[in-house]
Amino acid sequence: MFTNPFSELSGLIPPLAMQVYVIAMVLLVAGGTVLDMIHKKSAQYFFKNAEKAKAEASRSVSIVEKTTIAVTTVAVDVLTSGEFCNQPRRQAHLLTMYGFILFAATTAIMIFGYIGADTPVILPLLWHLGALMLCVGGYWFWFFIRVDVAAEGNPWYRVVRADLFVLSLLATATFALIWSFMQAVGASSLSMLFFGLFIMSSTVLFGGVLWSKFAHMFFKPAAAFQKRVAKADGSRDGLPAPADKPEQFGLGIKRLLPKNY
Amino acid sequence: MPTFVYMTRCDGCGHCVDICPSDIMHIDKTLRRATNIEPNMCWECYSCVKACPQNAIDVRGYADFAPLGHKVRVLREEEKGTISWKIKFRDGREKNFLSPITTKPWGEAIEDLATLPMPDEEALNSQLLCYEPDVLGYEGGLRDLPGELKQGVYY
Repeated sequence: MFTNPFSELSGLIPPLAMQVYVIAMVLLVAGGTVLDMIHKKSAQYFFKNAEKAKAEASRSVSIVEKTTIAVTTVAVDVLTSGEFCNQPRRQAHLLTMYGFILFAATTAIMIFGYIGADTPVILPLLWHLGALMLCVGGYWFWFFIRVDVAAEGNPWYRVVRADLFVLSLLATATFALIWSFMQAVGASSLSMLFFGLFIMSSTVLFGGVLWSKFAHMFFKPAAAFQKRVAKADGSRDGLPAPADKPEQFGLGIKRLLPKNY
Repeated sequence: MPTFVYMTRCDGCGHCVDICPSDIMHIDKTLRRATNIEPNMCWECYSCVKACPQNAIDVRGYADFAPLGHKVRVLREEEKGTISWKIKFRDGREKNFLSPITTKPWGEAIEDLATLPMPDEEALNSQLLCYEPDVLGYEGGLRDLPGELKQGVYY
């Protein structure tokens, strides 16, 4: 079952068309992100905020320090989703994040490098694993962790525009897995149906950047970096300085998961 | 001065929703971040400000008597048992306060409680206040007590 699903597809769709589609999706993401930044003025806000923090800074941060902060940001905030204080949310985010990276990267590698050639078995394996991780993390989030369900008591099937990203992501991964399965069992018409749904949902995912929260994967690391710089330069976003006292008590509220809301 | 949330700092964890005694801290349905849905009803206890693990909640006065420009920010460090406040006035003056978080053993601060056993885990997780409804003195207890936890506001 774990074969390159795009190889078999090349009999029907020329590899060049697949490659053009992938490039088109990358361009859609780039264009959507730029439009999103212009529309929400997020970059403008970000730099204005950074300037304000710089004006309130009590010390300057050296390049070496900034590099260390950048490395810490990547290691803690980006690679391990350290921002989340709710552990189930963090785990679900890690699953979907790494699932998406695996899925997207292996898709591109298989389409650009291994159509018509022998695909190393690890690639389709990682492709399926990525899609599966996306499904596990995504459905866990959708049914149990999403605040509309967990906090506001809404049913899981209530859909709003804010769900565009997670739903299109879930649909892409789910239809990809079903398409691959149908291909493996030789159900060609069903396989084509789910391939069509897979392409449709991935086009919505990558083409809907302006309306979804897709762009968070670009601006969140920048915001996390700025937050750490503000701590280092003493501006601390206006927060008081940490108390000069020893840590002698427990974690307090941080040890609890909010559960009555 | 009611509270408001910096959307860019909030991660939607729900601690403020949990702790708000007025039940006016909610998670926004579109942005999935906390928001004070009814600042008029905020009794300014600052529980949410202090509870927020991301320091994403500030307070501000109503614009008619406290035009924007001032800032009140708080840093609660439970590991150290301290709470720090930074008040910034519109003219740039700044005041900093550092206070201990007062935690006293059961029955020491309120002597009457010494006669009662410390609430167990179940009582702590209950929606009722300490030794409610017995301490309220109602005959037969509270009426129409919901069997489930609150489910939020429906629109």
